[in-house]
Amino acid sequence: MKILVCITHVPDTTSKISFTDNAFNTSGVQFIIGPYDEYALSKAVDLKEQHGGTITVLNVGDAETEPTIRKALAIGADDAIRINAIPKDAGFVAAQIASVAKSESYDLILMGRESIDYNGGLVHGLVADLLSMPCITPIMKLDIDGTLAKMSREIEGGKESVECNLPFVAGCQEPIAEWKIPNMRGIMSARTKALKVVEPISVVDDVVYGSYSLPAPKGACKMIDAANPGELLTLLRNEAKVL
Amino acid sequence: MSVLIYVESNGSEIKKSSHDAVSYGVQVASKLGGTATVIAVGDIPQEQLIALGNFGATSVLNVTGGAFNQSNPSATAAAVIEAAKKVGAKVVVLPKSTLVDSIASKVASQLKAGVVTNVTELPETSSGFQVKRSIFTGKAFATVTINSDIKVITLAKNAYQGTETGGKATVEVLALSLTDSDTKVKTTNVEKMTGELLLTEAEIVVSGGRGFKGPENWGLLLDLAKALGAATGCSKPVSDMDWRPHHEHVGQTGVKVAPNLYIAIGISGAIQHLAGVNSSKCIVVINKDPEAPFFKAADYGIVGDLFEVLPKLTEAAKLLK
Repeated sequence: MKILVCITHVPDTTSKISFTDNAFNTSGVQFIIGPYDEYALSKAVDLKEQHGGTITVLNVGDAETEPTIRKALAIGADDAIRINAIPKDAGFVAAQIASVAKSESYDLILMGRESIDYNGGLVHGLVADLLSMPCITPIMKLDIDGTLAKMSREIEGGKESVECNLPFVAGCQEPIAEWKIPNMRGIMSARTKALKVVEPISVVDDVVYGSYSLPAPKGACKMIDAANPGELLTLLRNEAKVL
Repeated sequence: MSVLIYVESNGSEIKKSSHDAVSYGVQVASKLGGTATVIAVGDIPQEQLIALGNFGATSVLNVTGGAFNQSNPSATAAAVIEAAKKVGAKVVVLPKSTLVDSIASKVASQLKAGVVTNVTELPETSSGFQVKRSIFTGKAFATVTINSDIKVITLAKNAYQGTETGGKATVEVLALSLTDSDTKVKTTNVEKMTGELLLTEAEIVVSGGRGFKGPENWGLLLDLAKALGAATGCSKPVSDMDWRPHHEHVGQTGVKVAPNLYIAIGISGAIQHLAGVNSSKCIVVINKDPEAPFFKAADYGIVGDLFEVLPKLTEAAKLLK
């Protein structure tokens, strides 16, 4: 089985979000594989163990993302592709991924349900449409039997069991697989695994990011005596006007 | 300039987020000097479609039959695309939901449209088409220009409140046949809670964390939720330990909620949990640890033992009405 896993290179979930000169302030920020993408990668590693095959990991990013890509290789991907461009928006990223994937006939293209920086949730669907493949998202379970995949997809207030033949694109979320901790052998071998750098294709700028802003800061928390919680309801009704 | 709005049902009625999207889409159409049309997919009762007029819609297209249902995002997208072509839509508005991402991406890809999700405000249309969207899980916003001829946007939950204007919509059935590509993914089973409020749609959410000590104590939380008419959520450890199902997990990697009132009980407030709730209008925290980080993000707080505070709070809530 030939699996492509697309990963994002995003600020750690505990990062302080701020902007300087209208760009995300990366000072003191640690970058990680997107948590949802890491679920996708971990699932790919499980599938490879069960069915054999290869895992290619792909990222659209500049050279700064290579440590993140190496980590994915340490976790268990066999080789990597970096499309040498700063991601502009979901349409741009999807076009880059599809242009690389179209000639590679992957059986399965996995990624996270969304990136945790821009939260678009669109790239899997756009890639699927560009490759004329079905897209299933967000999936929490994936088993493959021959060419048939059985999945569990989250819906609002529940889940659905769905089936689809390979190939397809899926957006993953927990608890699809346990995250893998790279071992020393994985870390060592990741250094020498192939990381191919591909130049981007040109894409029309349909969506252009302009300025950034932060939400208004929260006021102080008003404390209520634990002996009289009814007071809380009075405040919620009369002051906050949310009851 | 025509605007098309997609509406979704929760199985028994059209969701509040869809009503919000209709009001939003009608406003966009009025800004652009055009008309707004609604597309509904699946067997939704006629009177509910007519009642969309109450949110300003005058015309509703309905595609039904076969695989045209909300469990099939591919067929649903095909219906939205056909409707967009029929009315010559320049803007397609969809309410954010778990399955709407796949619909929005397919619609955008097929219509060669720029697509932006999690939009929080009406577009600025004086020069070009700019929207504000939520990024970094509600921790920041970006202003984005969409340059394509057709624009697809999804509206963030609870970001825009629908207004009831009164009125009735006319409903027209749009006949459509399926293509093979729309039936590649088959739904074999659906497990959906019934009779409970949908977490992402609720105006009040009550969530519990490890402070409850075990699933056997969850009744305390359910009682309060019932008294307030609230949906219930939980923190990640609670769903990881299987005290509650995953679809109740609120946070960075779970469900993101944006209710008017979020009440967190026995949840310390890890940054990953806050990421799922920080768009809530008002946050209440009940925790026995006065140093719990959640208090920093809260509007109101009670430091106390939930096993003592909750029964009293529930009694008070029952008297509220």
